[in-house]
Amino acid sequence: MIKTWILGVACALMPLAAMAAGGNRYGGEDRGSPLLPAKVNALWQKECSSCHIAYPPGLLPAASWRSVMSTLDQHFGTDASVSAQERDEISAFLVAGASNRWSASTSPLRITESQWFKAKHGREIAPEVWQRAAIKTRANCQACHAGAAQGDFNERQVRIPK
Amino acid sequence: MRKILVLVLLALSPAAAAAAENPILVSLRATAHQENAAFKDFSAARGQAFYNARSGDVACATCHTASPKAPGKHATTGKEILPLAPSANPERFTDAAQVDKWFKRNCTEVLKRPCTAQEKGDFMTYVLSVQ
Repeated sequence: MIKTWILGVACALMPLAAMAAGGNRYGGEDRGSPLLPAKVNALWQKECSSCHIAYPPGLLPAASWRSVMSTLDQHFGTDASVSAQERDEISAFLVAGASNRWSASTSPLRITESQWFKAKHGREIAPEVWQRAAIKTRANCQACHAGAAQGDFNERQVRIPK
Repeated sequence: MRKILVLVLLALSPAAAAAAENPILVSLRATAHQENAAFKDFSAARGQAFYNARSGDVACATCHTASPKAPGKHATTGKEILPLAPSANPERFTDAAQVDKWFKRNCTEVLKRPCTAQEKGDFMTYVLSVQ
């Protein structure tokens, strides 16, 4: 009797456990928690924020970061290359902090192509909103998420510029 | 006596520092000599023309604006770019690795090829001269 009861509870909890360990939310394409480790790498901060915010490593899986970091000379149409030494240091930081809830075998290069991103923005944000002068591109997280560079994407802090 | 000497040196050092050429430019001049036996010198006027010259749709001035003293804006991401001219941003052209990195990236971006030492030196001479 007790055994059956324990089994029942265990079965009921299993989906939760699976979710915590990188489950199936957003078809397995979920951003990690935390998005940003407590201690960030200074070189990652300096280099990545030269042209855009330094995107928190938890936004993509490790395989994505490996691809991004091995193709920096052709980085979304721009040469963003760094020295081999710098590349390895930044790559190690990104891979170590990559999403721990990404179970799919996918590895998009663009954060905005991930299922969690689409689910979070697709229905609520009309296409024309992205084109506003103060936003311009989906890559411009901090236009609406003021704390983006610090890994803060809390929905209550969102302010969409007019 | 020694005290006087120290005082004289201290008094002269700002003048000496002001006259000293940017070390990155010194090194570019050596490279320019190696690249081209006919190399004479760098020119701010040529650098200014280079800065504003369009290659296809883009020029240095596209992102850095017509004035190297003004803050610019990244063409794709819209992120602010701090002024290039040391007169407005003293940190510029103080770190050789940083200068190399951005010449490599931006020459590829604008010219679709690496810049020559002559072009880099002309560019720097112009930007350093903007007051």
